[in-house]
Amino acid sequence: MASVALTNLDPASRAAARGWSDLTIRNLFIIPTLVFLIVFNIFPLIYSLGYSFTNFAANRSEPWQFVGLQNYRELLSDDHIWSNFVITAKYVIVSVAGQMIVGFGLALLLNRSFPMKGLITTLLLLPMMMSAAVVGLFWQLLYSPSWGPINYVFGLGDFAWLSNPDSALYAVAITDIWMWSPFVMLLSLAGLSAVPQHLYEAAAIDRASWWYTFTRITLPLVSPILLIALIFRTMEAFKTFDIAYTMTTQPTAELIAIRLYKQAFQQWDTGKSCALAYIVLIMVLAITNLYVKYLNKVKER
Amino acid sequence: MRKIVTSVIAGIGLALACGTSVRAQDKELTIFWAEWDPANYLQELVNDYTAETGVKVTVQTTPWPDFQTKAFTEFNAHGDAYDMVVGDSQWLGAGSTQGHYVDLTDFFNQHKLGDVMAPATIKYYAEYPGGSGKYWAIPLEGDAIGWSYRKDWFEDPKEKEAFKAKYGYDLAVPTTYAQLRDIAEFFHRPDQKRYGVAIYTDNSYDAMAMGVESSIFSHGGDLGDYATYKVDGIINSKEAVAGLEMYKELYKFTPPGWGKTFFVEDNQAITGGLAAMSMNFFAFFPPLVNKATNPYADVTGFFANPAGPDGKRFAALGGQGISVVSYSKNKDESMKFLEWFIKDETQKKWAELGGYTCSQAVLKSEAFQNATPYNKAFYDTMFMVKDFWATPEYAEVLDQLNQNIYPFVVGGKGTAQEALDKTATDWKATFTKYNRYK
Repeated sequence: MASVALTNLDPASRAAARGWSDLTIRNLFIIPTLVFLIVFNIFPLIYSLGYSFTNFAANRSEPWQFVGLQNYRELLSDDHIWSNFVITAKYVIVSVAGQMIVGFGLALLLNRSFPMKGLITTLLLLPMMMSAAVVGLFWQLLYSPSWGPINYVFGLGDFAWLSNPDSALYAVAITDIWMWSPFVMLLSLAGLSAVPQHLYEAAAIDRASWWYTFTRITLPLVSPILLIALIFRTMEAFKTFDIAYTMTTQPTAELIAIRLYKQAFQQWDTGKSCALAYIVLIMVLAITNLYVKYLNKVKER
Repeated sequence: MRKIVTSVIAGIGLALACGTSVRAQDKELTIFWAEWDPANYLQELVNDYTAETGVKVTVQTTPWPDFQTKAFTEFNAHGDAYDMVVGDSQWLGAGSTQGHYVDLTDFFNQHKLGDVMAPATIKYYAEYPGGSGKYWAIPLEGDAIGWSYRKDWFEDPKEKEAFKAKYGYDLAVPTTYAQLRDIAEFFHRPDQKRYGVAIYTDNSYDAMAMGVESSIFSHGGDLGDYATYKVDGIINSKEAVAGLEMYKELYKFTPPGWGKTFFVEDNQAITGGLAAMSMNFFAFFPPLVNKATNPYADVTGFFANPAGPDGKRFAALGGQGISVVSYSKNKDESMKFLEWFIKDETQKKWAELGGYTCSQAVLKSEAFQNATPYNKAFYDTMFMVKDFWATPEYAEVLDQLNQNIYPFVVGGKGTAQEALDKTATDWKATFTKYNRYK
């Protein structure tokens, strides 16, 4: 079947003039991509899985040994690691919930015509176009208790957002919300503009309330795309490193990615950090899978 | 014809390009260091070497938080990007036992560097394991924890009077930690946006550990027995606990938001007129005497780390030695450079440029001690320094210390005894893992 399709190269095209077949072109485009994926993604992935069962340390010249599940056992019984996971869970919930609410709210506001709509939408998208490290450094200045504008505007005196062990994590989450709400807004806007206008007109004729229209028309029709935004943001929030790393060194804000970095590149405990990376990967996969299952259900409706 | 001419020209061009690049490579050395003023001074110094010998020497830098990671990534990959590295004293263990550094013992003995450089700098920047007589680095930048303070606040007659009334002794440069604490408390006036003291609290690398260990050492405590790796009963001794408690006490009198601070913030505490006293490594003091960077340059003074209750007086060692990277392709050329670097006149020039030489002769000279307001304090300090663990697993040990003391000092969680007991347990487990108790 496929070979039949492959011979159908447009005889007038330049490729045909050079004597290339469909097969050649396919190979030309696909093989480099495949090679790239295998060399830079799949191979390291499998290799690191192997490392996770050893006591290999990249900074030591001594031979490594196979230690079975010891790394996993040690990690899963380490209180510090569990507290890192709890911190990460708190962070994911606060920052993703915040982004969904702010992003969707902004999209609702923008989903009508008003002057300079294009410009305002573009300006609102700016935060997510910045580098996370830059955002982290700037917000560190904004939070400064001595002369930061945030405390000045809200009259908080010298409240130390990032040095207070109880508020540091939330300060980072607020920054993440600021940075990534535009992403949710963008997806929601696309979803909102796809809702057929006649449904609203019909609802208006039936004198449906705003709340009724919102919960019965808008939300159900936009929810698949909102779920996609949720999946992306949850995955990303789980892996957050740069913003948190630049903003604070509070142990109460030490996300799992930061612990992983310290273990892998400051302590050079390569085997154990590979194991930790796999634990994180499995968790992210599990959460994403739950979402995807739910997404499929929503789509069926 | 045209084709032939073009290819001939291209061929000549290529040959020339290859020829020059090979020549240039022979005559180029790269030194890797962290991004700070002394690295700029070093670049200035080595320009002289280039003028003398024609060998181009480049000092490559990276920000402090990345320094360790970047250097060891290169070492672990056996990369030859750097010919020499000005590495932290804690790296000696990993550098020597893992084969990253070239053994400089013969070079050391041949040039009798043991008599040339200050004893503490040899012990901590060059020798590993301690007392083995094996050397892996040439002391390059001496450094230790010291203090800057606001002379005008200290000398204000009204302040002096109020201080005497409150504490019963004269307000002067503190010679003990107890006095330092009183003065910090005295000047801590948040309503006037004036604060007592600025200390290190950053736990991403060794900043906070250096501040805490200075206090522990002066209080008569130690981190452990570096020869036998015994830690229980030493890092959690009552002296060490008192040292950590003092650090926590000082944290009370820091400016608001003082939870992730290192040299930049501690210098800003002085240049911004925020704090009465500020801890910092001596290498960061030059901007404080420069009017362009410190509006209070005229009224900023310096003192050495104070003593503990029993009169013991120590300071945490910073500073670095220069090592030859064993994967370098220019090892011979690097050795020639080191021979030039240890010459007396080079060391003198190094000190003049602002580098902290470790050469005894230069350190002891009047000219050096009077060159800046802080050189005298530096000289005093260099004879009372102690350092952190230098074992290959120091990064793990450092991280465990940070994890245990940070929540106590900054977060106010638990007690000093609990934090250090936990540290002793963690360290013992780590040293056991690496078979240190044979």
